[in-house]
Amino acid sequence: MLLITCPHCGPRAELEFAYAGEAHIARPTDPMALDDESWARFLYHRANPKGLHAERWRHLHGCAQFFNVVRDTVSDSIVTTYPAGQPRPALPGDDKGATR
Amino acid sequence: MSGFRHSTAGRVDRNKPVRFSFDGKTYQGFAGDTLASALLANGVHLVGRSFKYHRPRGIVTAGSDEPNALVGIGADEAHYAPNMRATQVEIYDGLVAESQNRWPSLGFDVGAVNETFAPFLSAGFYYKTFMWPPKAWAKLYEPLIRRAAGLGRAPTQADADRYTQVYAHCDVLVVGSGPAGLAAALAAATTGGKVFVCDEQSEMGGSLLAETTATIDGLSARDWVARALADLAARPNVTLMPRTTAFGWYPHNFLGLCERITDHMAKADPKLPRERLWQIRAKEVVLATGALERPLVFPDNDRPGVMMAEAARIYANRFGVKPGDKAVIFTACDSAYRAALDLMAAGVAIATIADLRAAPCGPWIDRVRSAGIAIRAGTVVTGTTGRLRIDSVSLATVGIDGNPGSSENIACDLLLMSGGFTPSVHLFSQSRGKLVYDEALQAYLPGISVERERSAGACRGIYDLDKVLSNGAASGTGAAKAAGFAAADTITFSTTADSVGTDGFIGVTPFGGPSSKARAWIDFQNDVTAKDVRLAIREGFRSIEHVKRYTTTGMATDQGKTSNMNALGLVSETLKVPVPQVGLTTFRPPYTPTTFGIFAGQSRGDMFDPLRKTPIHDWAAEQGAAFEDISLWKRAHYFPKRGEDIHAAVARECKATRGAVGIFDASTLGKIEVVGKDAAEFMNRMYTNAWTKLEPGRLRYGVMLREDGFVMDDGVVGRMATDRFHITTTTGGAPRVLSMMEDYLQTEWPGLDVWLTSTTEEWAVIAVQGPLARKVLEPLVEGIDLSREAMPHMSVREGRICGVPTRLFRVSFTGELGFEVNVPAGYGRAVWEAIFAAGQPHGMTPYGTETMHVLRAEKGFIIVGQETDGTVTPDDAGLGWAIGKAKKDFVGKRSLARPAMTASDRKQLVGLLTVDSKTVLEEGAQIVADPAQPIPMTMIGHVTSSYWSATLDRSIALALVRGGRARVGTRLSVPMPSGPITVEVVEPIFYDAKGARLDA
Ligand SMILES: [Zn+2]
Repeated sequence: MLLITCPHCGPRAELEFAYAGEAHIARPTDPMALDDESWARFLYHRANPKGLHAERWRHLHGCAQFFNVVRDTVSDSIVTTYPAGQPRPALPGDDKGATR
Repeated sequence: MSGFRHSTAGRVDRNKPVRFSFDGKTYQGFAGDTLASALLANGVHLVGRSFKYHRPRGIVTAGSDEPNALVGIGADEAHYAPNMRATQVEIYDGLVAESQNRWPSLGFDVGAVNETFAPFLSAGFYYKTFMWPPKAWAKLYEPLIRRAAGLGRAPTQADADRYTQVYAHCDVLVVGSGPAGLAAALAAATTGGKVFVCDEQSEMGGSLLAETTATIDGLSARDWVARALADLAARPNVTLMPRTTAFGWYPHNFLGLCERITDHMAKADPKLPRERLWQIRAKEVVLATGALERPLVFPDNDRPGVMMAEAARIYANRFGVKPGDKAVIFTACDSAYRAALDLMAAGVAIATIADLRAAPCGPWIDRVRSAGIAIRAGTVVTGTTGRLRIDSVSLATVGIDGNPGSSENIACDLLLMSGGFTPSVHLFSQSRGKLVYDEALQAYLPGISVERERSAGACRGIYDLDKVLSNGAASGTGAAKAAGFAAADTITFSTTADSVGTDGFIGVTPFGGPSSKARAWIDFQNDVTAKDVRLAIREGFRSIEHVKRYTTTGMATDQGKTSNMNALGLVSETLKVPVPQVGLTTFRPPYTPTTFGIFAGQSRGDMFDPLRKTPIHDWAAEQGAAFEDISLWKRAHYFPKRGEDIHAAVARECKATRGAVGIFDASTLGKIEVVGKDAAEFMNRMYTNAWTKLEPGRLRYGVMLREDGFVMDDGVVGRMATDRFHITTTTGGAPRVLSMMEDYLQTEWPGLDVWLTSTTEEWAVIAVQGPLARKVLEPLVEGIDLSREAMPHMSVREGRICGVPTRLFRVSFTGELGFEVNVPAGYGRAVWEAIFAAGQPHGMTPYGTETMHVLRAEKGFIIVGQETDGTVTPDDAGLGWAIGKAKKDFVGKRSLARPAMTASDRKQLVGLLTVDSKTVLEEGAQIVADPAQPIPMTMIGHVTSSYWSATLDRSIALALVRGGRARVGTRLSVPMPSGPITVEVVEPIFYDAKGARLDA
């Protein structure tokens, strides 16, 4: 069972949380302006990386807030957590850090 | 010495004799015995039949790695546990044990006829033999295999025992309490950190419990163990956990431990659970899990009386049991020589030691030689004899060509084997640590760690006692330091113990070449021989993962503890590639079989799931309602009168509601209060409908999509004020609707001033439906004008009913004049009873969910989850009218514009009328255009709802059919086992299509 540090409540056991998919996939501000291909990419395409993955979790049985987690999908270790809306932090060995 | 029990040796309590039964016969042992040691003390070696060939099998080990001695334990079915390892079962007065996988008896087993068919049961026989015809699987093959092959039987009664679960945190968890574990615990404990020490055995001390000559700090090994345990027990920061198996490692240093609490007690306090699941989050873990002795693989190495050398030593030294009178020893390492001397001291005659090594030498060999025991170097066992117990061994010297020469037969009743030791890296591997193959030790050792753990002692290939102790202490200190606790000073130990070295052997001993017909067992529990593994390789399997699955080696309940390395060795030798290139199978939890009970814990029966009841539940129960489960809710399904079945009751309830008035408990509807300056904007974005122009006091039916455009939920929404909406959702959908709303609100539109509150359980909802509904309610309300003009269909008023504040909806899910009375849940039953009393002069009838379903289907109202399945668009479901066309955006809008979402052959909601009006279709039945077409037919849709309509005196159905709306007026077919049913496609509304009744 993962030990997840909610940015608002501190470290809690995984069973207090719900997983909510890849992070930093912002809903387009004007979806109707997108062509089918771009909309399909927003809807369905996910990175599914081997290694560091920025993902959303919700502290469902706690503060009920959605927040972001950077987790290593190989080791399951959690590198950092941060509130929703903040950019992915720059991390050593993470070429996707500090984007969006 | 009496029988096979020494008069003084060992740790059993001779003042506490214990009587137990095995296969109906009563035996005596002593407190401190395992079932295995007690049986051996009574001369019983034959304890089971093998999985596939029903070969007679005996006790091989003295620990949790036991492959053969699996027994059923329990005096009655409610306390029966199959597949218990006799080597771990502690005996108590009255213990009832039975052998498994034999009939009619262990000595004479009909299933042993499988031996005759052995040529047909080779590697992959499951795949080869039972291929065709497919139908024979269910009727013939599977029952046959289940009866003939197998382990224990499941008990016939529910488990009467109780199981509990507990969470704990500690600084250092030490797994294993042998010399490495105790040293680690002592070192960690002195730092003041919170230390847990667990061990799967009843007594802590590990290998030291069977040690008779070595000393530590001037004490005998056993006295040192006693002192160390006393020291640890006296410390408030240490928790000692015997009988506790660390069975699984889960991410972030989270370990699952099973503590066996009452299994060893003759009379347990009924307040105690049988087992307790410990879920421990440890800052640091020290793995001191030891090593397991490897069997040698030679012909007929599976007879009762063939045992691991170290196990025999444990039986002699720890339990005072002589496992035989005359032993032959077959070894590839020095430790068997130590065992030979201990067994000789226990009164076992050692006929000879056959050593696989060409020139064994060293202090242990010298000691054995001077004790007068014959040693034959470069010698192998080429076969054994004896039906239910070994009675002779053939030995042969291996020649220069690598093949054994002529055999010599030696009589014996015990054959001890030792192929060296395999470090127990299971938990390390479960923690995703990387294993590294050590060529010199012929063993996989812990390499790179992923979690916060360290391995100490034999589980990392360190075997000499002095090194084990210092490595253990260093690990304990290191772990405590990593957890933030500084060590005072290093602990050192002085020991006297001779090294038994690290020699060993993996693979198959030479006994006549690769083409030999002899059967040499690699995996005892799954009955896999060297021949099977060779056959798999001949048939093209290369990866150990494939060989494992094809032959099933290592796949039994012991997970190949005694067999994996020998299988690897054999594959490596046959393919002529180094062991690491063969690969290594994955270690998975649990380390040893674990009861379902601890995982279920208290979540059984009524405690399995939370149960949700409405405020009106008890009233319905008192009326004799039948209930059904809808998500976690208990809902009144129907209200049968005396002698009525469900059909009669539902027909009566339907007619009463349409003819007069019905009352229905709709309290389970999900409810969310949406409040804030931007509430209407938020609603516009979440729902397909337009909300801006909806006036306070009005209701609207809302449809909610997922972003992919498919219907997710629906429900009636009331606008209570410009900045306040009262949303209802489906009964099962409330949590996911709230979660999706929160998601958008928190992460996409955090700027909106909106607050969401779940109010599902705040309101009781009483639906009053039928032409007389207004008449019933009118006298009960204050401050609300219920008249048609003042309160039209789809409006909401606030006021009081029966003196209680209410949000009164005029809404109908039946097609009749209808109201839904929302009152605070605490008043729910009182208001319900008041309305029911007021309704009696008007013939008011309570109805349940079944009648609700029929009435709504007659009107063609969909139910999300019944007419929709996650692939249905609003247009498919006939809800195109609910889409706010002028809205620029809402969740799911863009997806509705994708080409596939507007294709004309999408499945669309239609009504179906069977040509024979008495036939009621089956929900889920497939629909075809032409029932005469060849199989497989082209399915063009399916029935989503189907009922007998008492109102219409005929059957009705709703369906999703490809291009359905264009098919209205045509005939389709529903093929069933009894023949095709012809149906007519109609509009999905069967009653009062104009809605006159609703607007009454
Ligand atoms: Zn939180």
